[in-house]
Amino acid sequence: MASPTAADVLHRAAELRGTLTAQFRDETVKSIYAEAERVARRASHQTGSARYDFDQRIDRLVTSPIFGLPIMALMLATVFWLTVAGANVPSAMLANFFFWIEGHGAALFDSFGAPWWVTGFLWHGVYRGLAWVISVMLPPMAIFFPLFTILEDLGYLPRVAFNLDFLFRRAGAHGKQALTMAMGFGCNAAGVIATRVIDSPRERLVAILTNNFVPCNGRFPTLIMIATIFVGPLVPAAVASLAAAGAVVGVVIIGVIFTLAVSWGLSRTVLKGEASAFTLELPPYRRPGVMRILYTSLIDRTLFVLWRAILTAAPAGAVIWILANINIADISIARHIANGLNPLGHAIGLDGVVLLAYIIAIPANEIVVPTLLMVYMGTGMMTDVTSIEDVTNLLINQEGWTLLTAVNLMLFSLLHNPCATTIITIYKETLSIKWTTIGTLLPLGLAFLVTFIVASLW
Amino acid sequence: MSADNCGSCVVNAELARMGVNVDKVDRVVALAGNPNTGKSTLFNALTGLKQHTGNWPGKTVTRAEGGFEFASVRYKLVDLPGTYSLLSASHDEEIARDFLLFGQPDATIVVIDATAIERNLNLVLQVLEITSRVVIAVNLMDEAKRKNIDVDVRSLSRDLGVPAVGIVARTGEGIHALLEAVGGVASGETHTTPLRVKGTPEFHRAISELVPLIESLAPGVPNARWIAIRLLDGDAEVEQALSSGRLVELAAAQQQAAQRFSGKIALQGAQ
Repeated sequence: MASPTAADVLHRAAELRGTLTAQFRDETVKSIYAEAERVARRASHQTGSARYDFDQRIDRLVTSPIFGLPIMALMLATVFWLTVAGANVPSAMLANFFFWIEGHGAALFDSFGAPWWVTGFLWHGVYRGLAWVISVMLPPMAIFFPLFTILEDLGYLPRVAFNLDFLFRRAGAHGKQALTMAMGFGCNAAGVIATRVIDSPRERLVAILTNNFVPCNGRFPTLIMIATIFVGPLVPAAVASLAAAGAVVGVVIIGVIFTLAVSWGLSRTVLKGEASAFTLELPPYRRPGVMRILYTSLIDRTLFVLWRAILTAAPAGAVIWILANINIADISIARHIANGLNPLGHAIGLDGVVLLAYIIAIPANEIVVPTLLMVYMGTGMMTDVTSIEDVTNLLINQEGWTLLTAVNLMLFSLLHNPCATTIITIYKETLSIKWTTIGTLLPLGLAFLVTFIVASLW
Repeated sequence: MSADNCGSCVVNAELARMGVNVDKVDRVVALAGNPNTGKSTLFNALTGLKQHTGNWPGKTVTRAEGGFEFASVRYKLVDLPGTYSLLSASHDEEIARDFLLFGQPDATIVVIDATAIERNLNLVLQVLEITSRVVIAVNLMDEAKRKNIDVDVRSLSRDLGVPAVGIVARTGEGIHALLEAVGGVASGETHTTPLRVKGTPEFHRAISELVPLIESLAPGVPNARWIAIRLLDGDAEVEQALSSGRLVELAAAQQQAAQRFSGKIALQGAQ
C-alpha cells in the first residue's frame, strides 16, 4: 500500500467524522466523567464523619455576601496597622544609626581635608539616599510581606477573588483580576506578570492596564509616612497609629474603586467585551509553613525589592545632591526646576518639588520621600533631618504643607504612572508600544485630573 | 523543611537534587495535575529549587524545569501548568498538552489530590489517552486522613493500569516509592496497561481505521490513537501539525524534537 498523504488522512478523518453523531464530543466527555466516577468510588471511601464542616463554616463566613467584604477590609486594616505600629520604632532606630554613621563619616572626610563637594556628594548624596531608603522601607516590608505571605499560604487569596468576582464581572473584567491585583500590592511588575493566569487577551489587557491602581510596596512607605504625619495628629495619640492605618486602607479602597471604574470604562470603549466565565477552586485552608513563609517573604520579596530600591537610590541620591547643591544665579538647579513646575504643582494642590521628586523617582517610587526631603533641605534653612518630628517640622512649618497637600500627595502616589520596571514589564507582556503608552499615560492623566478636582473643590 | 520524617531520610540518601542543572540528563519526566494539588511543592522537593509555591490555583503560569538524580539515573523534571482537562483550548491546557504530546517525556507524574479523587481523575484519564508511561502521585494523603477519607491506592493502580503511590509532598513521605515507580516506568521495565475510555462502536471503527493511516504517514509516531481522536474532533491545531509535516518530522527525529520543544519551553518559562 502506498503511504497516504496528509491530505488523504485529513479527508478520510472528515468523512469518518460524518459517521459519528453530532454529540460525539459530549459523549466522549461524558464517558470520561462516568469512568472517573466509577474508579473513584472504588478507590476512595468516606469513613466516619466528614471533616469538611470546619473549612466550610469558615468559608461561609469569609465569603458571605454580607460579612465577606467587611472581613476583608478588617484583615487589610489589621495588616496595615501592625505594619504602621510595628515599623515606627525600628525605622527610627535604623535612621539614628545610619545618620550617626553619616555624621562620623563626613567628619572623618573633613579631617582628611577632603574637598567639601567630595564629602557632600558621597556622604550627603549617595550615602544619605541609601540610608533613607533602607530605614524607611526595610521595617515596614519585613512586617508587611510575611503577613501577606501568611494570608497567601493559608489559602485566603482565592476567597478574595471570590468576594470581588461580582464587582469585576460587572466591570466587564475577569474575576481572576482580583488575584493579580493582590499580587500588585507586593510589586506592580509582578502583578502584571501574574495576569498570565487570565486566558482572554482582552481581559488580560484590562488587568495589565489597571494593575497600577493598587499601591505597590514601593509606594506604601510614602503613604504610611504621610498618613502618620498628617492623619495621626488629628486624633488622640492613643489611636494615632490606628487612624493612620485606617487612612492607608482608605487609599487602598479608593485604588480598588479606580481599578473597577477604569476596567469598566475600558470594557465599554477601547476593549469592548463581556466578562468570560471561569472556575475558581477554593483550596482547603492549610497550615502555613513557617520556614517557607520566612523564605518567600524575606528573601524572595523583601530583599528583592530592597535591593532594587538600593540600586536606584544610590544614583538618585547623587543626582539629587548635584541638583540641590549646584547653584546657578544663587539658586540651586533643583529649585530652578521646581520653580518652573510650581504653577502646575499648585494647580493640583502640590508644589514643584513634589513633581520634581516624582520625575526623579520614575525608576523606582521608593525614593520619592528621600528626594522630597533632600530638595527641601537643600533649599531651606533646615539642613538636618534625623527623625519623624524633623520631617513634620520641615513639611508643615518650613514648606507650609496642609492636609490638602497630604491628601493630594497620597492620591497622586496612588494614581500616577507606573515605575520604569513596571512600564518595561508591560511592554514585555503586551509587546505593544501602544498599550505600553496607554498603560503609562492613562494613570498619569487620571492622577492630574483627580488631584486637580480635589484641589479645586477643597 | 522542619517537618521531616523518616520517609524523607531514606529519600535524602538516594536522591541528589540537581537544581537548574539539567545538562546530560538520561530521562525526561513531566509533572502534570489539577491546579493546587501540590505539583510545585513536589517539584521543589525533588529538584531542591525554590519555585514559589502558594496556596492558590493557577500560580504556576508557565512551566519550570529542574533536575534530580535517583538511583544513578539523571532526570529532567518539567513542571507543567495545572489544568483541569486537556480538551478545551485554554493557553495553559495547550502548553501542558503540547508537552505531553510532542515533548515525549519518558514518564509523566500526574499529581492528584487525595481528598478529591473523582474530580482529579478526569485529567488522569485524558493523560492516559496520550501516553501510557504514567505514574499517579496521590498527594495530600495527610489531609485525606484528617478528613476521614480512606484512599485505596492499590485499587486505583489496578483500575487505571498504571502505578499509583500515596505521598505527602510537603514532608517527603512516599517520595522514595514514587521515584522507584517513576524509574520503572521511564526505563520501560514496568509494563503499563492504561485504562482507556470506551466509546460508541462507530467511534471504535473510525479510530481503528485512522490509526494505521496515521502510522504509515508518520512512522514511529507514539500517540497515533490520540491524534486520531483529535482529528475526529476537528482539532485545527492537530490538523495543522499533520498537514504541515511537523508531526512527521517529529516522529522521524524524536530526540531532536524533544530538545527543540524543551528549548521553546525554557524561553516561555523565563518567569
